[in-house]
Amino acid sequence: MIGLEHYLIVAAALFVIGIFGLFLNRKNIIILLMSIELMLLSVNINFVAFSAFLNDYVGQIFTLFVLTVAAAEAAIGLAILVCFFRNKGSIGVEDVNVMKG
Amino acid sequence: MTSNDFFILLPEIIISLYAMLALVIFVYTGKDKHASLSIWLTSGVFLIVAAVVGLNDNTSSTAFNGMFIDDAFSRFVKVVILLAAAVVLVMGQDYAAKRDMLKFEYPLLVAFSVVGMMVMVSAGSLMTLYMGLELQSLALYVIAAFRRDSAKSTEAGLKYFVLGALSSGLLLYGSSLVYGFAGTVKFDGILEATGSGNLSMGLLLGLVFVISGLAFKVSAAPFHMWAPDVYEGAPTPVTAFFATAPKMAAMGLFARVVHDAFGGVVNEWQQIVAVLSIISMFLGAIAAIGQTDIKRLMAYSSIAHMGFALMGLASGTVFGVQAMLIYMTIYVSMNIGTFAFILSMERNGEPVSDLSALNMYSKQEPLKAICFLALMFSMAGVPPLIGFFGKFYVLRAAYEAGLAWLAIAGVIASVIGAFYYIRIVYLMYFGEEIEKLDVSGSRRLTAVLAISALLMISGTFFSLFGIESLASIAAGSLAN
Repeated sequence: MIGLEHYLIVAAALFVIGIFGLFLNRKNIIILLMSIELMLLSVNINFVAFSAFLNDYVGQIFTLFVLTVAAAEAAIGLAILVCFFRNKGSIGVEDVNVMKG
Repeated sequence: MTSNDFFILLPEIIISLYAMLALVIFVYTGKDKHASLSIWLTSGVFLIVAAVVGLNDNTSSTAFNGMFIDDAFSRFVKVVILLAAAVVLVMGQDYAAKRDMLKFEYPLLVAFSVVGMMVMVSAGSLMTLYMGLELQSLALYVIAAFRRDSAKSTEAGLKYFVLGALSSGLLLYGSSLVYGFAGTVKFDGILEATGSGNLSMGLLLGLVFVISGLAFKVSAAPFHMWAPDVYEGAPTPVTAFFATAPKMAAMGLFARVVHDAFGGVVNEWQQIVAVLSIISMFLGAIAAIGQTDIKRLMAYSSIAHMGFALMGLASGTVFGVQAMLIYMTIYVSMNIGTFAFILSMERNGEPVSDLSALNMYSKQEPLKAICFLALMFSMAGVPPLIGFFGKFYVLRAAYEAGLAWLAIAGVIASVIGAFYYIRIVYLMYFGEEIEKLDVSGSRRLTAVLAISALLMISGTFFSLFGIESLASIAAGSLAN
């Protein structure tokens, strides 16, 4: 029998993978965008699982909002990435280095 | 009912409709030819809406089944946001015109982010909170990268985007846990679920995630790493905007969440917020000492200021919220003046943000130097200026709430922080002779600087222009 905990554990694992992808990735900014997407999707699993187990539809509505916003966010991220590529000719993480911080 | 709900949302609806209409109309009628018109129109709309919001004196009402709250607190924060945004927009026009970045989209993007901020501070549920926050953030990511041809600006946009998305993710994960363990996304429901005073493990975890997400947005240490780079890289008018309205909105949202949703478990979040506050104050004060770029320095200064504002919040009392509101209002008015000065710094027509450019500035323009001196002293918290009263209120709030150690740490941090503000004054009056800055032609910036400095000096004699009592009413309208 698959219970609520199983869903929560999967979601937590995906979320942690997303965060690690963000911080340990030394290669490519596209991977950063994918990690961000992974984090948002793991949250969606959480919401849907809670929604099903609470018998409450609000979680699923929240999921729809999150999906929509995630799409808009990815669009803006890619647009900024294109501008960045035009200036630097690269999308390597090491090349994000004009300012030290 | 529904029409009444829409009536409560009228200020947000006016700005959204204006921004969408203006976007379409300007695209079809000559685009950037109307850039100045777009700036003035947007500022005008902000001022009108600020008047509508500010003069509305009904007590408090909710719309859409409690998802959206219109009370004295949200109105106070909204008026500050709108006024700050209106002034900052007009302030940056000359700078943008000289650098060929006078585009009609810029004020409209600011308008969208302002709508987001207004929704944020009125949020009555986690869903409204998230939508408002994202509307604000998405517009801000774009304007951070507004100089598309500059490596610095696009890099700032990229960094802000990645870390902003991370913080949204943290906040959202926290929201999902809160939803699951409280069974509702509405703040009053969460308040009921946590009312007994003991927090389940899941809710506590959710609370911690939500607070770290919010701390990212206000750039409180240890979640501050984006701020210096974004402040330095973004075009200066955009930096001026970042340092004012979004900070006020994020602090308002912070207060809303911890008091409206988690007001029953003050002890649980009090320590987290106090730790954020103390780290921010010290990091802001110490890391700013080594900076040579004035925009970067302002980033660290804002981190330290957020630490003080969080100190008010950490006290967990109504007076603490009042102190935070007063502190943030003063902070915003100081920062507008300071950025008016930074915008006017140029040499041979090129913008300069190096601190050493201020050497012996007082000989060149003694009046502007005096105004800037007043602002710097106010930032440092030197007594007759109103920056001191902001600090005084938050320290008192912390002390009265039994956080004497936090108040003492605050005093120490403010003494350390005073060093770099006073160093700027030292450079202006006793520095070495170097190549001079241009004598600024922009009368608008000089006027904003002078007004801001006058407010700093005269605030004491006019009992802070009455914001104390307004902030008190606003703080009182929060649930706890």
